[in-house]
Amino acid sequence: MFRLILRRLAISVAVLWLVTLLVFVATLLLPGDPARAILGQQATPERIAALNDQLGLDAPVWQRYLDWLGGVFTGDLGTSAASQGPVTELLGGRIGASLVLLVGAAVISTAGGLALGTWSALRRGRAVDHTVSGLSLVVAALPEFVIGVALIVVLSTTVLPLFPSVTLAPPGEPVWSQPIQLVLPILTLTLVVTPYITRMMRATMSEVLDSGYVEMARLKGLPERVVITRHAVPHAIGPVAQVIAIQLAWLAGGVVVVEFLFRYPGIGQALIDAVNNRDVEVVQAITLLIAGVYIVVNLIADIVGIMTNPKLRAEVAR
Amino acid sequence: MTATTTQPTLLRRALSLPQAKIGLTLTTVVVAVAVLGPWVGPWLTGHDTTGFAGKPFQSGGIAGTDGLGRDVLTRFLAGGLTLLVYAVLATALGLVLGALLGMLAGYSGGWLDSLIMRGSDVLLSFPQLVFALLAIAMIGPEGWLLVLVIGITHAPRVARVARQSTVAVKDADFIRAARMYAMPRRRILLREVLPNITGPLMVELGLRLTYSIGYVASLSFLGLGIQPPTADWGLMINENRIALVVEPWGVLLPVLAIAVLTVGTNLITDSLASAAAGTSKSGEPHPAKEASA
Repeated sequence: MFRLILRRLAISVAVLWLVTLLVFVATLLLPGDPARAILGQQATPERIAALNDQLGLDAPVWQRYLDWLGGVFTGDLGTSAASQGPVTELLGGRIGASLVLLVGAAVISTAGGLALGTWSALRRGRAVDHTVSGLSLVVAALPEFVIGVALIVVLSTTVLPLFPSVTLAPPGEPVWSQPIQLVLPILTLTLVVTPYITRMMRATMSEVLDSGYVEMARLKGLPERVVITRHAVPHAIGPVAQVIAIQLAWLAGGVVVVEFLFRYPGIGQALIDAVNNRDVEVVQAITLLIAGVYIVVNLIADIVGIMTNPKLRAEVAR
Repeated sequence: MTATTTQPTLLRRALSLPQAKIGLTLTTVVVAVAVLGPWVGPWLTGHDTTGFAGKPFQSGGIAGTDGLGRDVLTRFLAGGLTLLVYAVLATALGLVLGALLGMLAGYSGGWLDSLIMRGSDVLLSFPQLVFALLAIAMIGPEGWLLVLVIGITHAPRVARVARQSTVAVKDADFIRAARMYAMPRRRILLREVLPNITGPLMVELGLRLTYSIGYVASLSFLGLGIQPPTADWGLMINENRIALVVEPWGVLLPVLAIAVLTVGTNLITDSLASAAAGTSKSGEPHPAKEASA
């Protein structure tokens, strides 16, 4: 099993390296000459050559890649063209703000999804089950900005104006100093991922409830509560853990739209701003960061999968 | 099971499920609005999509005017077609590319399999929207780029499903027979393997279409997809959300349309998945979002 995990780890490192290559190569698609774009049309050839030299743009492509990669490893992500400051400074506070959303949504959707799925499985075929299944099918289909806008319409403007629809953190103060403005962004992300966890938990739990050992536990006279918490849930959680991890990895991307919608000062909004400004080094840094989170969470998902399900061992090794 | 009997029964089984009927109705309504809207709109309201119909936020007509004085209803009716066309093209591209690569990988095995699947792993390590943003940052918000990028990021997800299904049938007797009379690989894949993996591919089709609609609409909403002054549902939501209290229809109509459309396609997908799994009960999990990552 350890060899399998090591192998999976090696694959992740290789994929991460290929991702850095891809993120770097993407910048070569940029049209035009960066030095001319900075200096304008009137620039003399000498000045352009000087700036190219200063920016390192006259070095061969592979050397620029190695310089950039070296920077990534040493925490130097380059300079933002829009703010003229270091990218790391721009991202510093925003990473924390985004993490608040991610962790909040992850905790609530995991707990909610497991509970709803279990409840639904215990009442299979009854009204509760049909309602939960139907609702999760509907909500799962909606793009996150549609869910977010619907929440704004209902909970922020017309029906029940309870929560702010825009994040207005005073400069220098962290977003969580006013927790009420975290409600709608976290709720949106939670609604996006909970249906998948619920559906998976319901399916696995149904299977477990039909198994011999649950019947055995009931036959020996254990109270139903103990049957569920001690015998059924622990067996159902293994397969569901992977789905949960995949959903959490997915949150790393979903946060982009949600932050834009609520004007939330996290890395997602920084990414949209950077794309609009063609701020290449910021785009590189954030896409690499999100891909990194995505790869690591998926790695954890697979390791959990290997450790909890013997059947998966062969498949993951492939 | 041969090719001629599998597909009709799967479709018929799927369509007999209640969620398929609801899904088909919802989808048809929105598609009809999107396709006919651009022609019906000006005739119905007497306005075009970009021209001024009155003062900003005038409440005359059925849905009033937006912040630039353009008629909201006309723009709503015109705003679904581009989204729909882009989503369908992106889905088609992803499905064809993914199915071909997946079948090739699964059938050939060996280094080709490893190459294709490791290549997919790289694409799978970006959330689709983030990959699209990376491309748009470099090239700009062009229509062809949206289709290309969403299609390409669908491909590895489809390829995983196609590969798995291909591996399951590749040593069946009829395929070994085809190999025995030295049928070329291309023909085996298209004539023998493909008709036998249509079930999972149709589920993928539905799933990818639902996501494509979401991605195209999201990118337009972010201001990085379909560009103004084109009337587009995703873009309209962004343009009008500041004035949500004054003129709610500019947001509500496109939000409802996108919601009904994606719920419709997802219900159809669910019925296909249930039929393919050989069960008729709803609530069985079909592939989770990004489950292939």
